[in-house]
Amino acid sequence: MADIQAAAEELFRQESGRILATLIGISGSFDRAEEALQEAFAAALASWPESGVPEKGAAWIMTTAHRKLIDGVRRDNTRRDKQESLRYETERAASLTGPDEEESAMHFPDDRLRLIFTCCHPALNQEAQVALTLRTLGGLSTPEIARAFLLPEATLAQRIVRAKRKIQEAHIPYEVPPPERLRERLASVQAVIYLIFNEGYVATSGEALMRHDLSAEAIRLGRVLCELMPEEGENLGLVALMLLHDSRRHARVRDGALVTMDEQDRALWDQQAIAEGIRFLESALSLRAPGPYQLQAAIAAVHAQAKTPEDTDWVQIAALYARLLEWNPSRVVALNHAVAVALSAGLEQGLELIDELGRSGELDQYYLYHAARADILRRLVRPAEAAEAYRQALRLATNRIEQNFLERRLREVMPL
Amino acid sequence: MRYMLLIYSKEQAGATREMLDEVYRGHRATMQEAGRKGILQGAEPLAPTSTATTVRVENGKAVVTDGPFAETKEQLAGYYILECQNLDEAIDWAGRIPTGCKGAEGCIEIRPLPGVPQRPELDSVAAARARNG
Repeated sequence: MADIQAAAEELFRQESGRILATLIGISGSFDRAEEALQEAFAAALASWPESGVPEKGAAWIMTTAHRKLIDGVRRDNTRRDKQESLRYETERAASLTGPDEEESAMHFPDDRLRLIFTCCHPALNQEAQVALTLRTLGGLSTPEIARAFLLPEATLAQRIVRAKRKIQEAHIPYEVPPPERLRERLASVQAVIYLIFNEGYVATSGEALMRHDLSAEAIRLGRVLCELMPEEGENLGLVALMLLHDSRRHARVRDGALVTMDEQDRALWDQQAIAEGIRFLESALSLRAPGPYQLQAAIAAVHAQAKTPEDTDWVQIAALYARLLEWNPSRVVALNHAVAVALSAGLEQGLELIDELGRSGELDQYYLYHAARADILRRLVRPAEAAEAYRQALRLATNRIEQNFLERRLREVMPL
Repeated sequence: MRYMLLIYSKEQAGATREMLDEVYRGHRATMQEAGRKGILQGAEPLAPTSTATTVRVENGKAVVTDGPFAETKEQLAGYYILECQNLDEAIDWAGRIPTGCKGAEGCIEIRPLPGVPQRPELDSVAAARARNG
């Protein structure tokens, strides 16, 4: 019994995104689709303990959910007059209530791409995009998402309700955008997935530095995106980047303290994830359509391939950051470029670049700017200036684990 | 689905004749194209907010004040009503509507027009009440 329940739950987690996408495509309604899917899941839990898990469990759920969906539409059609607000969905559902509905249920197209573009539509704010993507394509429950983002469940539920209502009432299309809009919209999908990953990788506040379930979910979503759009180099680059970052997760924290890359125990790096990340990166590069995710993945790959910190090819990393700057001329990328220059061309030269960046004052409130400056000053054996920079970084860092790291460094440069 | 595209412009002195001509030409082109496609259901400019009067009913009495209901950085300057397939089509059109008519560039807000709700049960009550005097 418990086994059946577990099997059904696992199947649900794996397949719900795909099934839900199809049901939304048919009904034009997120709510109807979710309701039908939940009813089908309940039906599975009721009948599988006796009949056993069907060989094609996913198809069973799809067919059952489709039938529930049609039942629901019929129920509403007889119960209510055709209200204006219902016309959009019932018009679409009406065309599918034909006699061969059950046979066709097995041959539904994969609508997940349409779903992900709708969930990440720029007319929704990014918080809503993230919540809706995790709820629909990720198959995460509202409480699970709320926990992962350290938010009250009611807040998250409200966010999802509002987003679904806007999709419905403003007629946000359920489609893969046409070519002239595709690039821009795809960027917004990639941004949502990467944001989910980073939320799991580095918590912005609180004690939990990593919430790995979110990272794992982001990687899964990235893989789905690659499966659906295999010719997009940046999709592959994004998955490569996430895998390569994630490969270091066991080495990043020791006894609750953040460990910088050059102090990490490289034996803890996940070689399987690194190998897979590099495979994704190579496939991406072979498409010859470079972009910022591929460049960042290439940088992560150079780090991943260095057996020791001294082996790191900083010349190549500096060159990659210089190219990334062309795509993304932000001060943060420029800061990373300066650090790479410091470690390849020379500490003084890197410090000059960093100080030049700092002159605008825009980085004053950015803790990594002060931390990077402090680190170079430490290497240059200029302890008083390094200590001052560490103190400034400490004032700005919000993560307890990062604060611990900076405090330790500060004690090292300023022995009492 | 019908959408209202609300034009918010910045009321700012110093607009040149050339700039306003450019805005005018932009509107003409957009209206003509939307008209040709048969989706234009209305479009008109609004007089500046200096002409606005706000009426608020308080305790059953209409209180009249001078000016728009809220002071904002950008002011409502006109609208289009377009029949579009979906929000993406409306967003495309919004990109073609000039916003500089009141002196400086602003933005377009898109709002769906769901239509007046059909509430026959309420209408019949009102009708019955009217009949019974």
